[in-house]
Amino acid sequence: MKKRKSTLPFAGTKEQEAQLMTVIDEHRGDPGALMPVMQKAQDIYGYLPMEVQSMIAKGLGTSIEKVYGVATFYSQFALTPKGRYTISVCLGTACYVKGAQKLVDAITKSLGIGPDECTEDGLFSLEACRCIGACGLAPVMTINDEVYGRLTEKDIDGILAKYKA
Amino acid sequence: MDMVKVKINGIDVEVPKGSTILEAARYLGIEIPTLCYMKEINEIGACRICVVEVKGAKSLVTACVYPVAEGMEINTNSKKVQDARRMTLELILSTHNRSCLSCVRSGTCELQRLCQEFGVENESRFDGEKCDVTTDDSAIHMVRDNTKCILCRRCVAACAEQKVAVIGVNDRGFDTHIGCTFDVALNEVPCVSCGQCIVNCPTGALTEKDDTDKVTAALNDPSKHVIVQTAPSIRVTLGECFDMPIGSNVTGKMVAALRRLGFDKVFDTDFAADLTIMEEAAEFIDRVKNGGKLPIITSCSPGWIKYCEYYYPEMLENLSSCKSPQQMFGAITKTWYAKKMGIDPKDIFVVGIMPCTAKKFEVARDDESASGYPDVDVALTTRELGRMISRAHINFKALPDEAFDNPLGDSTGAGTIFGATGGVMEAALRTAAEWLEEKPLDNVDFKEVRGTDTIKEAVYKVAGMDVKVAVTSGLKGAHELMERVKNGETFHFIEVMGCPGGCVNGGGQPIQSATTRSFVDLKAKRAAALYEADADMPLRKSHENPAIKMVYEEFLDKPGSHTAHHVLHTSYVDRSKDVIR
Ligand code: SF4
Ligand code: SF4
Ligand code: SF4
Ligand code: FES
Repeated sequence: MKKRKSTLPFAGTKEQEAQLMTVIDEHRGDPGALMPVMQKAQDIYGYLPMEVQSMIAKGLGTSIEKVYGVATFYSQFALTPKGRYTISVCLGTACYVKGAQKLVDAITKSLGIGPDECTEDGLFSLEACRCIGACGLAPVMTINDEVYGRLTEKDIDGILAKYKA
Repeated sequence: MDMVKVKINGIDVEVPKGSTILEAARYLGIEIPTLCYMKEINEIGACRICVVEVKGAKSLVTACVYPVAEGMEINTNSKKVQDARRMTLELILSTHNRSCLSCVRSGTCELQRLCQEFGVENESRFDGEKCDVTTDDSAIHMVRDNTKCILCRRCVAACAEQKVAVIGVNDRGFDTHIGCTFDVALNEVPCVSCGQCIVNCPTGALTEKDDTDKVTAALNDPSKHVIVQTAPSIRVTLGECFDMPIGSNVTGKMVAALRRLGFDKVFDTDFAADLTIMEEAAEFIDRVKNGGKLPIITSCSPGWIKYCEYYYPEMLENLSSCKSPQQMFGAITKTWYAKKMGIDPKDIFVVGIMPCTAKKFEVARDDESASGYPDVDVALTTRELGRMISRAHINFKALPDEAFDNPLGDSTGAGTIFGATGGVMEAALRTAAEWLEEKPLDNVDFKEVRGTDTIKEAVYKVAGMDVKVAVTSGLKGAHELMERVKNGETFHFIEVMGCPGGCVNGGGQPIQSATTRSFVDLKAKRAAALYEADADMPLRKSHENPAIKMVYEEFLDKPGSHTAHHVLHTSYVDRSKDVIR
C-alpha cells in the first residue's frame, strides 16, 4: 500500500531540532548513517514529516528524495504523527471475519480520520494492525495499552468519549 | 593484466579478470540484452533480462553484474535462457501501457525491440492491475508517464550522477514508482531541466515536452516571419534520427530540410556563439583589468545556470552576464535584424533547434526579451526536429547540401566547437589571447581543454599573465569544481556545461540505446565531427566573422557597450529557497 502522508502542519520544537542535529553530527561522514538517523529522528518526532526529512537530507548531504524513498520502503517509518492515544484495530483474520472493518469505519466516522492519520488536535491516531493474539475476544481494538474486545460499532463513541474527557 | 579462461556458447576466450559475463561475451561479439544496465552508473542487476546459464550454477545468473571465473562455461542463448527472458518481458508488459502505435519512442524503445526479438506475441498474458501513479507534466521541459515505466532506475542513476537526485524510487511492492520526494510535482523540486534522465530512459516513460505543434502553427501563420537557428552540436547528431552513423556531419542536409519545412530564414546559432565570445572575452578582460569577480564562469548552458541558481547561489556573481548563444541570437534577430529588414519584432517568430531540454526553460526566463518580445519563441530538441522532418515525409538522407542564409548564418570554427566540452573555453581563448597580446595567434588549437575528461585544467601564458582555466561538463564535475573554488583555489576562467561531454550529449539529443551508451564513446564520436568541421573552416576566430563585424559596426558599437549590455546580457536569480529539498 502507498504510505499515507500527514496533512497536519509541522509542529516541531527547537529542542527537537537540537536533538536531531546532535544525532546528525554524531553520524556525519558515516556512509551507512541514513537509516539510523531516520530511526532516531522518528524517536524524536514520532514520525518523519517533510521538514524533518529535509533536515536529515541537508545534514547528511543527501537528497530528500533518497530519504523519502527509504521512508516509504520500510514499514517501520511513519509519515503521519501518532496521537496521544493510538487506536489500533486488529484486522487479523478472526477479527476481520467478526466485523473489524466496521469498527474502523465507525472510528473514521466519529473522528474524521482514516488509518495512518491523526486528529488535528493530536489526541487520536488510528492504525490497522495484524493479529494481536486475542482472537477469543474478536473483534479487538487497543487504545494505547488498554484492550477492548467483542466490540460492535455501537461501542465506539462511548469508548472514545472516555479519552476525550 | 590478469586474464581468465572461459567458454561462452562453446567458444574458448580469455578475458581480463574481474570482467562481468556481459563484458566477457562482448570480446566474442556476443551481445547479451540488457534493460536496467548502464555501465558505471547503474549496475544493479534489477531487471533480469540479461540472464544466462552458467554450468554448475543453481539458477540463471544476471550477466551484467556477475563476474567471470576461471573455467566458467556460459550459455547465453539456451532455450532456458530465452524462455526466462520471454517470461520477464511478459511480466513487464503486464503493467505496461502498451501503446506502441503512437508512442514517441516506438522504434527507439528498448523494451519494444526486445519484445519483437523474443517474439513476445502474447502481450496480455499476465494482464492485471495497473499502477495508479500516472503522469507528471508539471515541468516546462519534460513529461513522465509512469504507465510506461519499467522501473529500471536508469533515470534515477542519471539524475544522481548530475548531483541533483530529485527523482527516485518511492513506496514498495506493487506500488513502487518513480517520483519526487513526498510525490510532489517535478516543478516543486530543484530539477535543473537537463534531460539526462530522458536520454537514459529505455522506454517512452520520459519524454521532452513536445512543442512541434507551436512551430507548425507559426509556419502556417502568414503574418509570421519564422526564423530558425540551429545549435552547434545538432548538425553532428541530427543524422542519428535517420539511422545515419554516430558522428555524421549533416549540416547541408539539415539546412535543406529546414528550408523544406517552410522556415523563412535558416540561420545558425554558431553566429551567436561567435557573438557570445565577443562579449564574454571582453567581459573576462574587463574583470581581469578592473578587479572584477573571478573566476568568470561561462553561462551558455541553461542546465548549469539553473543548477547554480539552486545549489550555488553564492557563485551567481561569478557567472558571465552574457546570455546564451540561443538567446543572443533571438535578441539580435528581433532588434538589429528586424530593423534592417523593416519587420516589426512582434511578427518575428524565432525557433531554436537545441541539443537540450533546459533550453525550453531558458526561453521562458525573465530578462530575456531585448526587443520587448521574448528573444526566442520556441526551443525544440534535436529529436523534435527529427520528428517534424519525418512527419513532413522529407527523405532526409537523399537531400542535397544547402547553405545557411545570410547574414546570421555566417560563423567561424570557434562557434562550431561550442557544441563540445571545452569548446567555449577554446573559442574564448582564441579571441581573448589575440586581443590581449595585440597580435595574431600562431596557433589557435588549445588542445589541453579538449576531450571528454570530467575536469580539464590548464595554465596559459597570455600577455605575460598566467591564466588558469578549468573546464568541466556534467554537473557532478561542476559540483566538484565549485567546491574547489569555494575552498580558495584560484582560477581565472571556468567553463561549465550541464551535460557530460557538453551539448553533443545533451538531454535533447537523439536517443541511443544503453548498449551503445555503455560501449561506444558517444560524446567523443560526436565531438570529433565538430573539431573536424572547425579545422576545415576558413575562419576560426570569432572576432574575424564578417557578420559579427557588421553587427558591431551598425548596431552594437563595441563589446560591452551600453547597447550590447541591454541586448546581449542578462541576470540571474537565487532559487535556492523556493523549492522542496
Ligand atoms: S514505451 Fe516502448 S513498449 Fe511502451 S508503448 Fe512506448 S514503444 Fe511501446
Ligand atoms: S531533467 Fe535532469 S535534473 Fe531534472 S529530473 Fe531529469 S536528470 Fe534530474
Ligand atoms: S522512467 Fe524510464 S529510466 Fe526511469 S525507471 Fe522508468 S523506465 Fe527506467
Ligand atoms: S539485470 Fe542485467 S540488465 Fe538488468
